[in-house]
Amino acid sequence: MTEDNVKDALREVRLALLEADVNFKVVKDFIENVRLKAVGTEVLTSLSPGQQIVRIVHDELVAIMGGGEDNSLDLAAKPPVAIMMVGLQGAGKTTTCGKLGNLLKKQKRRPLLVPADVYRPAAIEQLKTVGRQLGLEVFNSTADQKPVDICNSALRFAELNGYDVVIMDTAGRHQIDDFLMDELAEIKNTVQPREILFVADAMTGQEAVNVAGGFNDRLDISGVVLTKLDGDAKGGAALSIKAVIGKPVKFVGLGEKLDALEVFHADRLVSRILGMGDVLTLVEKAQAVFDEKETALLQSKMKKNQFDLEDFLAQMQQIKKMGSMESIMGMIPGMGKMMKQMKGAQPSENEIKRIEAIIRSMTPGERANHSIINGSRRLRISKGSGTSVQEVNQLLKRFTEAQKMIKQLQKLGPKGLMKGLGGLGKGMMPFG
Amino acid sequence: MEQKETKGFFRGLLNKLTGVEAADERLTPVETTSETLTPEQPAPSPPPAATSATVEKPSFFERLKSGLRKTKDGLVGRIDALVLGKKEIDADTLEELEEILITSDIGVKTTVELIRTLEQKMGRNELKDGEALRAALKEEILSRLIAQHRPLDINSRKLFVMLVIGVNGVGKTTTIGKLASRFTADGKKVLLAAADTFRAAAAEQLEAWGHRSGVDVIRHKEGADPSAVVFDACKAAVARNVDILIVDTAGRLHTKVNLMEEMKKIRRVISREIPEAPHETLLVVDAATGQNALSQARLFKEAAGVTGLALTKLDGTAKGGIVVAVSHEFALPVRYIGVGESIDDLRDFDPQEFTDALFQA
Repeated sequence: MTEDNVKDALREVRLALLEADVNFKVVKDFIENVRLKAVGTEVLTSLSPGQQIVRIVHDELVAIMGGGEDNSLDLAAKPPVAIMMVGLQGAGKTTTCGKLGNLLKKQKRRPLLVPADVYRPAAIEQLKTVGRQLGLEVFNSTADQKPVDICNSALRFAELNGYDVVIMDTAGRHQIDDFLMDELAEIKNTVQPREILFVADAMTGQEAVNVAGGFNDRLDISGVVLTKLDGDAKGGAALSIKAVIGKPVKFVGLGEKLDALEVFHADRLVSRILGMGDVLTLVEKAQAVFDEKETALLQSKMKKNQFDLEDFLAQMQQIKKMGSMESIMGMIPGMGKMMKQMKGAQPSENEIKRIEAIIRSMTPGERANHSIINGSRRLRISKGSGTSVQEVNQLLKRFTEAQKMIKQLQKLGPKGLMKGLGGLGKGMMPFG
Repeated sequence: MEQKETKGFFRGLLNKLTGVEAADERLTPVETTSETLTPEQPAPSPPPAATSATVEKPSFFERLKSGLRKTKDGLVGRIDALVLGKKEIDADTLEELEEILITSDIGVKTTVELIRTLEQKMGRNELKDGEALRAALKEEILSRLIAQHRPLDINSRKLFVMLVIGVNGVGKTTTIGKLASRFTADGKKVLLAAADTFRAAAAEQLEAWGHRSGVDVIRHKEGADPSAVVFDACKAAVARNVDILIVDTAGRLHTKVNLMEEMKKIRRVISREIPEAPHETLLVVDAATGQNALSQARLFKEAAGVTGLALTKLDGTAKGGIVVAVSHEFALPVRYIGVGESIDDLRDFDPQEFTDALFQA
């Protein structure tokens, strides 16, 4: 591999990282590292030079992000074990407290939530409501108490009442606010938490490093929770934080629902940052939502090439359950750009409603065999569904395309839709 | 779902490496000659301005300045270290400048535009040295902000309706609390609508703010239809002869179609009840946000017809550089800036003051 192939490729990598909000110093060091690693290496026979660089970049990033390292929650101490949540305002600490409590409850622990944000109006009320929704006990604190006193008495309360994990929600603050940072340090000294989790918004820009650094300097945090990753932010901030302060990302927040907290996977974030698409997440998300029976039926139908309009409708409805089309498409590698070009070409929620209306206006016979739908049937269907003949035509066209696509998928993937979906992604990626 | 034109990152990369020529729309600076940064470039890290241990509560302007000073240390400090005292400006200097701008969260597109403009000026020999380059850069940034600057005139309507939107955790409710206090102090009769019925205790939070400035809040139970809250609030605003109605909405990620639809419905209800309303749709942006703010602005503008921006949390170390990009790319004026957590920590945005403070030594 020569200076030249490496240089051009790294220029692209650099831009991709910068656009993903990875800190510029981190990017610089990283690029230099990869350059050293890449130049002069033998190109493996199975890879092109481009693929090889991509692989080096990918592997290096995964290594930085702590791929393979243990990033599980450390609760190995005499109960009650204290966990402190810290971070800027609006990062999502309170919601994460609830999600984490919920997760621990599922692991047969008895968590106690402690509202120690006495500054933001109704912050205590927020955590109490979250606790109620989840069926979790919330320590009864009030806004006129001192946060350190709240945490201290909560710990004693937990000890007496048999709670084994105590999750403390602290107020959002800037890392340069000495008064409030002293307060956190005091809480830390008093309750001796096993974990101090820094909650970081995935949308954070270049400041992420300074903020996380500030918190780490004062509190020696034990890990990071990356929130709001269900949007379209790349989350490069997490890479910066890990590279600079060396603390592992332990969880990612993926939605407003109180079960939307997941264990962090380094390789997925790296793919996301590099714009490779988060195929694994997509597949998992799809698997979680797709009704297994329905999917099995669909699979067998697809195998026999019997995919009809009824199935098309069922598929649309399942896709609707998975979330917005855009977020799903965005997760498939290469689709992000394509989506922009096809803007309007893919069904919005409203369009799906119309498609439903049209298909429901068809007779069972028509749904099973669309080729019998002639002009007068089209007119009837359009009237029945309150749409126009053109829209019916469009739908039929779209359906035939889907049929074709499914045939292709079958050739690609070994079996069935889910594997086909994964296979589609894999086929588009430079390496498996 | 055909695989046409999928020019993703890797495709571009592979094309380059395999020699396939593809029109590369990626934003790269024109014709950079050398790939290495000259070693004699000064390290872009000026000594941090000692964040003064504040004995007394500093005045607003000082706080803004000290807030912005951090911004300046990041952006302008580095530019100064880079360009001042340099007699010649070369491609390397510009490339470094580009990187500094990008990493101040100014946004890739705006950065490239700024660099292009500077390059043109250099081509015409208008910029002889680092000093001139710095002045030109300041001028460019300022002119972009001024071009979009339109202060909000809440007196333009008998009943002025403001809809406040944004992603989760940017400070919508806090900003509304501050706005309510401010308008009340101006002698206006204000009404707040707690249309965030999703997040736990959001209405309580808004009520707490309303209480502080003696402003009524229209609310429903948690989980209620936000459009119903807005409907009631509009009726109440008319019946109570209110001057300003401010609608707080739930934080939502701009990529969630169903939540964006919900917001469109809120808008429809407002404009059905009060013609031509909302008169201002304010998008609240956290100063710490990176490139994602561009995506937020794009999708919120499409879905909700955003007419103005509020930039919050400028009292931290966040650079807020993104505001230059967002304002310019989407032709949106910055209306307000949030500089702290107290009720009076909201100010009108002043581009001149903002840029001056940004560039002040």
